[in-house]
Amino acid sequence: MEEIGISLDTVWMLLAAMLVFWMQPGFALCEAGFTRGKNTANILMKNFVDFMFGSLLFFFVGFGFMFGSDGAGFIGMPNWGDLSFYKGELPVEGFLIFETVFCATSATIVSGAMAERTKFSMYLIYSAVISLFIYPIEGHWTWGGGWLCDDAADGFMMSTFGDVFHDFAGSAIVHSVGGVLALIGALALGPRIGKYAKDGKSRAIPGHNLAMAALGVFILWLGWFGFNPGSQLAASGEVNRVAISHVFLTTNLAAVAGGVATMFLTWFKYGKPSLSLTLNGVLAGLVGITAGCDIVSPLGAVVIGLVCGIVLVFSIEFIDRKLHIDDPVGAASVHGVCGIIGTLMTGLLSTTNGAFYGFGWGFFGAQAFGVLVIDLWAAACGFILFFGIKKLRGLRVDKRIEEEGLDIYEHGENCYN
Amino acid sequence: MKRIEAIIRKTRFEDVKEALLQSDIDWFEYHNVHGIGQSRQERIYRGVQYSTDVIERVALTIVCRDQLVDPTVKVILQVAHTGEIGDGRIFVSDMIDTWSIRTGENGDTVLRDKK
Repeated sequence: MEEIGISLDTVWMLLAAMLVFWMQPGFALCEAGFTRGKNTANILMKNFVDFMFGSLLFFFVGFGFMFGSDGAGFIGMPNWGDLSFYKGELPVEGFLIFETVFCATSATIVSGAMAERTKFSMYLIYSAVISLFIYPIEGHWTWGGGWLCDDAADGFMMSTFGDVFHDFAGSAIVHSVGGVLALIGALALGPRIGKYAKDGKSRAIPGHNLAMAALGVFILWLGWFGFNPGSQLAASGEVNRVAISHVFLTTNLAAVAGGVATMFLTWFKYGKPSLSLTLNGVLAGLVGITAGCDIVSPLGAVVIGLVCGIVLVFSIEFIDRKLHIDDPVGAASVHGVCGIIGTLMTGLLSTTNGAFYGFGWGFFGAQAFGVLVIDLWAAACGFILFFGIKKLRGLRVDKRIEEEGLDIYEHGENCYN
Repeated sequence: MKRIEAIIRKTRFEDVKEALLQSDIDWFEYHNVHGIGQSRQERIYRGVQYSTDVIERVALTIVCRDQLVDPTVKVILQVAHTGEIGDGRIFVSDMIDTWSIRTGENGDTVLRDKK
C-alpha cells in the first residue's frame, strides 16, 4: 500500500509539474498580447530562453545551490549535474523537474516588464543569472531547508518570532522575486519611446491582441492548479487528498475574487470595466493566495483575492503615473506587490497561527521579515545586475530598432507576415 | 479643394498625426502600405534570405480647402523629416467636387476645417 502511495504522490507531482510548465505559454501569450505586434517574436523568444536556460542551469548548478547543504542554511553546494546528494522519498529526477518549472516561472516574470526595448543579448545574461543564482539562493533559505524555515527551537526564526516563515507555493519565493526584479529591470531600462509625454503625462500604448492575453491568463490560471496544489508534493492518504482539494478551492476562490475586485474597481474608477486590468486582477489573486493557500480558509482566500485585486489597480497606477516606471504588462504590480501582500496576509489569515484568529503577531512578524529579506536580496541582485549591464554594455536597443520593432532587427523574423 | 497624399515613415506616424490634429485638419485617412524601393534590408527567415526590398510605410490621404494646403504640407515636411534616405514624399492634386452624405450639402464648405 505504501508503495502505491509513493507512486501516486510521484504521479501527482509530475502532473503538477506539467501544469506549471504550461504556465510558460501562459506567460508568453499574456506578454505578447499586452505588447505591440512589432515585438511579438522577440517576447516569445525571451520566454523560450527563460525556460531553456533555466532548465539547463538549474539542473547543473541551481538545484545544488537550492537543495544542497552547507550546514548553515544560507547557501547550498552546487551539484554540477550530479543529483545523488538529494535524499528524499520522491524520485530525485521527478523532484528536479518539479523544482525546475518553479525556477523558470520566477525567471520568466521579468520579460514582460522589460518588453519592447531590451537588447536580446543582454536579456540572456539576466535570464542566466536568475536561474543560476538569485532564485536558488533565496530558495535555499526557505524550501531548501535554510534559515528562514528552520524550525529548530534555538534557530533564529523560532527564537525571534516563535514561528517560521511560511510560503507554501511561492508568493514571495517565486512571484515577488520575479516582480521585484521586473521593477528594477524596467527602472534601469527607462520607459518606451512615447510612453510619457514631455510634461510627464502617461500615455497608453495598447497591447496588440487582448484575445491572446486573455488566453494566456486562462492558461496561467490552469497552470496554477499545478503550482499550488502540486506544492503539497503528495496526494496519497486522507491528509493529502483533503489538503490538495482545499488548495484547489482556495486557489480558485482567490483568483475569481481578484478578478471581480479589479473589474468593479476599474468600472467605478475609470467608468468602464477594463478587460486588460481584470486579466491582471485574476493573476493578482492567484499570486496573492499562493503563500497561504494551504492554511487559510476558503473565505480567507476570498479576502486575499479581493485585497490583491484592489491593491493591484492602485499599484499599477502608482508605478506608471507617479514613479514613471514603464511596465507594459504590469508584472511588478501583479507578481511583486501582490506577492508581498499575499505573504503578509497569510500571517493574518492563517487558521492555524494567524493574527486574526487570535494566535498573536509572531507569525505575521515572521512573514513580514521573511518577505523583506527575500525581496531585499532580489532587489540588491537586480540593482547590481541591471545597472551593471547598463553601464558596461547598454541594456537598451537603439532608438530606430525600438521604433521599427525588435522582431526585424533583433531576430530578422516578424511574427505577422 | 485639394488632396494631399503623403508617404511617411511608420515611426513618424504618431507625431505627424498629433501635429495634423493640432493644426486644422479634422479628419484624414491612412493606410499601411508596402513599397518596393532602393533601400535594402537583409532579412532571414529560417536561414533563408528573402525579399529584402519591401519597405513598410504609412500613406496619409488628406482632403482640405485651398487655404489649408500650404500649412498642412509644411507640417508634414517638418514633422515627418529625419534626414535619412526614405523619409517619403508628398503629392498634391486637385479635387473636383464633394458632397456630405448626411446633409446632401455640396462644395468644399462640407470640409469642416476650423478655418
